[in-house]
Amino acid sequence: MNKHETTNKTIPTARSKTKDIVRQSLKKRYNRERRFKWHGQAAIAVALLLLLILFFSISGKGYTAFQQTMMSLDVYLDPEILDPEGSRDPAVLARGDYGGIVKATMRRMFPEVTGRQDKRALYALVSSGASFMLHDKVMENPALVGQRVSVWVPADDEVDMLMKGHVSRDVSEADRRLSDQQLVWIDQLVTEGRIQKQFNTAFFTAGDSRDPELSGIRGALTGSLITLVITLMLSFPVGVATAVYLEEFAPRNRWTDVIEVNINNLAAVPSIVFGLLGLAVFINFLGFPRSAPLVGGLVLTLMTLPTIIIASRAALKSVPPSIREAALGVGASPMQTILFHVLPLAMPGMLTGTIIGMAQALGETAPLLMIGMVAFIVDVPSGIYDPSTALPVQIFLWADSPERAFVERTSAAIMVLLAFLISMNAVSVFLRKRFERRW
Amino acid sequence: MDSIVNPTNIPAVHTTSISDVVKDRSDVVSRENRSTVGETIVEDPRISCLDVNVYYGEKPAIRQVGLEIARNQVIAMIGPSGCGKSSFLRCLNRMNDTIPACQVTGKILMDGQDINGKGIDTVLLRAEVGMVFQKPNPFPKSIWENVAFGPRIHGLAQTKKELDEIVEKSLIQAGLWDEVKDRLNQPGTGLSGGQQQRLCIARAIAVNPEVILMDEPCSALDPIATAKIEELIDKLRLDYTICVVTHSMQQAARISQRTAFFHLGDLIEVGETKQIFTKPLHHLTEDYITGRFG
Amino acid sequence: MQAQFLMGVLTLMSVAAYYFGRRRAVFMVGGKIRDLHSLPSYYGFYAAMWCGIPALLVFMLWMGFESSIISYLVVDALPQDQRTLSPDRLNLVLNDIKNLVNGNIVSREIDTALRAAADRYIRLQNIIRAALSVAVLVLAAGAGSWTLTRIKARQRARNAVERLITIILIVCSSIAILTTLGIVFSVLFESVRFFQAVPVADFLFGMSWSPQTAIRADQVGSSGAFGAVPLFVGTLLISLIAMLVAVPIGLRSAIYLSEYASPRFRTVVKPLIEILAGIPTVVYGFFSSLTVAPFIRDTGGLLGLDVASESALAAGLVMGIMIIPFISSLSDDVINAVPQSLRDGAYALGATRSETVRRVIIPAALPGIVGGILLAVSRAIGETMIVVMAAGLAANLTVNPLKAVTTVTVQIVTLLTGDQEFDSPKTLAAFALGLLLFGVTLILNVIALHVVRKYREQYE
Repeated sequence: MNKHETTNKTIPTARSKTKDIVRQSLKKRYNRERRFKWHGQAAIAVALLLLLILFFSISGKGYTAFQQTMMSLDVYLDPEILDPEGSRDPAVLARGDYGGIVKATMRRMFPEVTGRQDKRALYALVSSGASFMLHDKVMENPALVGQRVSVWVPADDEVDMLMKGHVSRDVSEADRRLSDQQLVWIDQLVTEGRIQKQFNTAFFTAGDSRDPELSGIRGALTGSLITLVITLMLSFPVGVATAVYLEEFAPRNRWTDVIEVNINNLAAVPSIVFGLLGLAVFINFLGFPRSAPLVGGLVLTLMTLPTIIIASRAALKSVPPSIREAALGVGASPMQTILFHVLPLAMPGMLTGTIIGMAQALGETAPLLMIGMVAFIVDVPSGIYDPSTALPVQIFLWADSPERAFVERTSAAIMVLLAFLISMNAVSVFLRKRFERRW
Repeated sequence: MDSIVNPTNIPAVHTTSISDVVKDRSDVVSRENRSTVGETIVEDPRISCLDVNVYYGEKPAIRQVGLEIARNQVIAMIGPSGCGKSSFLRCLNRMNDTIPACQVTGKILMDGQDINGKGIDTVLLRAEVGMVFQKPNPFPKSIWENVAFGPRIHGLAQTKKELDEIVEKSLIQAGLWDEVKDRLNQPGTGLSGGQQQRLCIARAIAVNPEVILMDEPCSALDPIATAKIEELIDKLRLDYTICVVTHSMQQAARISQRTAFFHLGDLIEVGETKQIFTKPLHHLTEDYITGRFG
Repeated sequence: MQAQFLMGVLTLMSVAAYYFGRRRAVFMVGGKIRDLHSLPSYYGFYAAMWCGIPALLVFMLWMGFESSIISYLVVDALPQDQRTLSPDRLNLVLNDIKNLVNGNIVSREIDTALRAAADRYIRLQNIIRAALSVAVLVLAAGAGSWTLTRIKARQRARNAVERLITIILIVCSSIAILTTLGIVFSVLFESVRFFQAVPVADFLFGMSWSPQTAIRADQVGSSGAFGAVPLFVGTLLISLIAMLVAVPIGLRSAIYLSEYASPRFRTVVKPLIEILAGIPTVVYGFFSSLTVAPFIRDTGGLLGLDVASESALAAGLVMGIMIIPFISSLSDDVINAVPQSLRDGAYALGATRSETVRRVIIPAALPGIVGGILLAVSRAIGETMIVVMAAGLAANLTVNPLKAVTTVTVQIVTLLTGDQEFDSPKTLAAFALGLLLFGVTLILNVIALHVVRKYREQYE
């Protein structure tokens, strides 16, 4: 009891001192706390702001590409020019001077233009694609020859840029691609209702072109699609098989350890290195054609395999052992247990991982550059050996082009690519939510 | 056994303890729907709890607990698992704040102030009410750093020397000094379980708290380490008010002066440890200590 | 077309084998399936397997080597003067022949020799393909019917099928190993050839990089310079800028999300930040070259600074944005793995949240965070599209972030895209750079993954 007394006397003073110190420090500490919390909020705000800037800068530049300035021409398909002999032979019609017809039409619209320089400036208003359109129209229906037809043809990309407000009229004539004279003609055509902005179908139906107003993403999109189908067909079965083996059958030994470490490492190898592999092995050693979706698909398969394997293993791990025990207990072989009982339950998780891997593959560019899927290809590919490009590579190519009009097309192509990626991710999120199971 | 029938028949109230919170404290005994029997109030309490409820979401973990904790004593909370004894303990330094879905109502008075009240700062409160957990949880730092952690964040020492003194004093008090004085720079996680737990006690007392809460401090330890901790608790009682949650009745009997028995979220009975273990007033207490359930 | 037709026939034959195998098994026991060792369908699979798989293997093996075999035969029949050309010239000739065969544009005039070679190529191809078709179909039919005759009631068809499936599984899982080996050998093989022309020390420690070798030996700068130090410095500079952007922002958002944010805030914001990780790098490259770089150049101009239009700063900043979610989600995982008991311990001592984070959680999570940062560095070093589009081509040896620098990956892309002769040091240099890139990132990855794994085991 005596000891009680002494401690009770000394401790309280020490304690009230402690309490005072703590109380005094509180303000400073809470300020620091607020600052720290604010830093976190600021970091998140910055990250989200950057995301926002990215999206706005892309879509702000790109949305105009979904419209295209078109020009209405009343064309006289002069038989004198197209078919002087009157044979209506398709071979002759195919060689006709449609460019000349377009020019004649333009001259008729502006009869006052006489000088050579001026005429050339006038012809420049309409896209070079106009003559191809006329060609296709006539080849489709040769009876049109000799008639007057009214057609909408794309205007030149400079006119397009002007109509969309990407080019300012205020700068001096020397700094502009369009001369003052051309602006007058354009204004006249606009008041006549002969120049209009219409939905840009060519963007979705055409392949690449040197002329921005004629270029589209169909070729690239098809190339991406073929590549992705090959990737999916190879990487999904192989990835799932690997995951099943490693997770369910493989003995735990050095060899499987090596495979495991190796897969984790492959997931972090720079994608361009896979491109080097593709170039050295598939193209130079095995002699596969360059620029082919087949090679692209093979390279992307090797690249996405680790993602799919890791996701599939996680999915297999999440199937409770009781399922396996139950199946084994009624006499199923280990293989039957896995194939018929465990695998179906793990499938949603595997599919989720696969979709994420496919999304990665869809956006991948660098390895495709290595295997030559970076060429200028106008035609839409139709097979796995056809030279082709892919959507992200098309974006890369267009981003490199000097024409002002390709900027909006690049941005628009990015919007299409992002739309695909977002919907793929949305599907995977949906799958995860829909089949999420709590055991 | 009359008291079971008539729960208001409670032994004499110490009128001297009634302070400025007298009205609130009378509540402790006068509530009609209370099921607690025994001596819930004490003379000059360190902590007084009135009608404390803890909810996890919609689910109540403890209901209407009224209890006073005396100075320089060890009070043991016993009861079957899930009875709410740990939830109650965590109210005393507002550790329940860290669990998002957890809600605490009622009053817990310390120095005449409700610690759940608006003006109360958890930092200050926790500096006064230390805590030791079920599993030893030394920080992954050196032994010295572990003990110096509290004094450092609170700024209790101006110089390294002062800090060294606090560390040494706390380790001596925790009975660990002789075992670790030569390896203060080694990681605290490298000690044995019992040593780790004593390190955690040293860490708690380095802040110089008034109350130490211990949540089953020996449940992860072997018998020898347990004996050491129990010895330590008995010694610490001279300087601190100690609340120990334990699932071991023997331990409660060995180390505590008072015992509170919880059952399914209710505080069933409180009293002198000797009385609880020899002459329990409530039949549930009796059933529990005689091992009929638990 | 022919190949697809062959595959179709092969599939049909396998289906038929399945059908007959199953029927034969049932027939052998007179319809009493109970007497069979395995379910009837296993006998079907057994027959189908033997019918399809060997034939398929032969087919694939052949397709892999067809081109080189035909080329060899065609070269053998070329006129004497062309056969003795240097290997790369010969390759050009061969390319012309192949282009002619495929109806593509040919790089030179078509002469009779070329035409003859192309005809020979087509003829050989036709003969070989026909022979292949016959061989594959005969093999499929033979193996299939031989298996059918072997089906007996007590035969362990299920075991046979399962053994084969196991083998397939093993083959699939060894593809990962083969990929690594393929990478190592393809870059190593070409690198060795490069290092025969350029000494290793010159490559690793040379201070000047200008791979444009002249075609004729007497031209200026004919030798080219392959000192990769400017590339290393450029790569590290851009990666450093990226990490300076990504680590603070990523780490702080991870801390906020895991320690401060309400669950609802977290479920909304975390996926939003992770969108940044899902954006293809080519998009970042475009963003950098079109928005960020001009912005930085103009801002620098206002401040009187001379900023290159392809400054390292622009590329690094944008790469940093790309890496933010990488750091934040890895750190988030790591911070969440810190046991709650440590937080409780700190709070119970009266630590504020930030004190707990700074003095307990971060030190405890440090190994994991460092591992994550190492992985991010490896990703920054190997990142290609952003730097190809936003960094420069000229190999300036500078650490000034306002100047244009080039990186290892940029050089690999420039050296290997466009027309190239395959054996020049210029193209081989790309593989040497690739070897280096693979080696460095591999080391970083191995260390990082090891650190992270050890860290996880510590708290499991």
